Amino acid sequence: MSKFKKKKGGELPAISTASLPDIVFMLLFFFMVATVMRDSTLMVKNQLPAADQIQKLDKKDRVMYIYAGEPSSRYTDKYGTQARIQLNDKFATVSEVGAFVLSERASKRQELQNVLTTSLKVDGDTKMGLITDIKQELRKVNALKLNYTTRVGDYSQNID
Amino acid sequence: MAKRSAPEVNAGSMADIAFLLLIFFLVTTTIETDSGINRKLPPMEEQEEDIIIKQKNIFTVVVNKNNQLLVEEELTDISDLRSLAVEFLDNGGGTGEEACDYCQGARDSKSSDNPDKAIVSLKNDRETSYKVYIAVQNELVAAYNDLRDREFTRLFPNESMSFVEANKKYSDPRTSPDEKSRLKPKLGEIKLMYPQKLSEAEPSKTN
Repeated sequence: MSKFKKKKGGELPAISTASLPDIVFMLLFFFMVATVMRDSTLMVKNQLPAADQIQKLDKKDRVMYIYAGEPSSRYTDKYGTQARIQLNDKFATVSEVGAFVLSERASKRQELQNVLTTSLKVDGDTKMGLITDIKQELRKVNALKLNYTTRVGDYSQNID
Repeated sequence: MAKRSAPEVNAGSMADIAFLLLIFFLVTTTIETDSGINRKLPPMEEQEEDIIIKQKNIFTVVVNKNNQLLVEEELTDISDLRSLAVEFLDNGGGTGEEACDYCQGARDSKSSDNPDKAIVSLKNDRETSYKVYIAVQNELVAAYNDLRDREFTRLFPNESMSFVEANKKYSDPRTSPDEKSRLKPKLGEIKLMYPQKLSEAEPSKTN
């Protein structure tokens, strides 16, 4: 029965691994694209003041950000040069801060809702009046943990 | 010339290279963390009755609209603020029950009784610039930290670090729970010796 002769040599053919790098690269790109570093585009000037007695703001998931400052040059013709608050991706008034905090709080997990910190990223040239107003709004919604986000540096850089 | 087929390049190790790159980037990427001055706002509830505090236990700091600093009603340069605040907090002028045995200040009877009683009151104008406000906050926190550092190294010399370093280590999520529970009572003790009593004036309704 020579027609059904067994093939010579039962060795398995080597599996080509040539496509393995493609798979790995695909994974690499997937993670690169899927990783969102949540950071809203800044619409205000944001030159933070310097301080050196600072504490790190770990655990990004329990922080909400409030930006304030003069609108950046792209927006000055529309919004003027008066310092404004930015929440997420749009300008806001002081009265909207409370609602923003509540909605941010509602979007977090239950166990984090009471340990949220508000990070104030405010331009150094802003007047304190606006910040006092923000702080009053935060007190109204009981968001009492506050962090004045600064850059690292000596305080004398703030005085000119 | 005879047609020669190019030898196939072995691509088996390409995966290893890609993995190496992937791991390298995973390890080296540090997402930048923000840092700043932590503060706690007072709750909104109106205080039932005003607590009477002796004038000598209050250290008033006023920043006016021209970013000038008024410390205890005297025009002061910000570079002197830290030493003035340390002097005030560390005064320990109290006697009897209010005495402060670890204070190293001048024990002036016109200044604060003890660090627990001493209150720093900060007031600013609506026109004050934010960066000056931060500079003032920074110097006041620095005054507390200086004193806390001093007491920490005095009481726990074998920790071989300052209060600020210990606090940083305590809040670092990478520190082991054992280490944290070891540091916690020590930090608490120091914080009790020099409690941070920084009060900010309620914004006045009339401006």
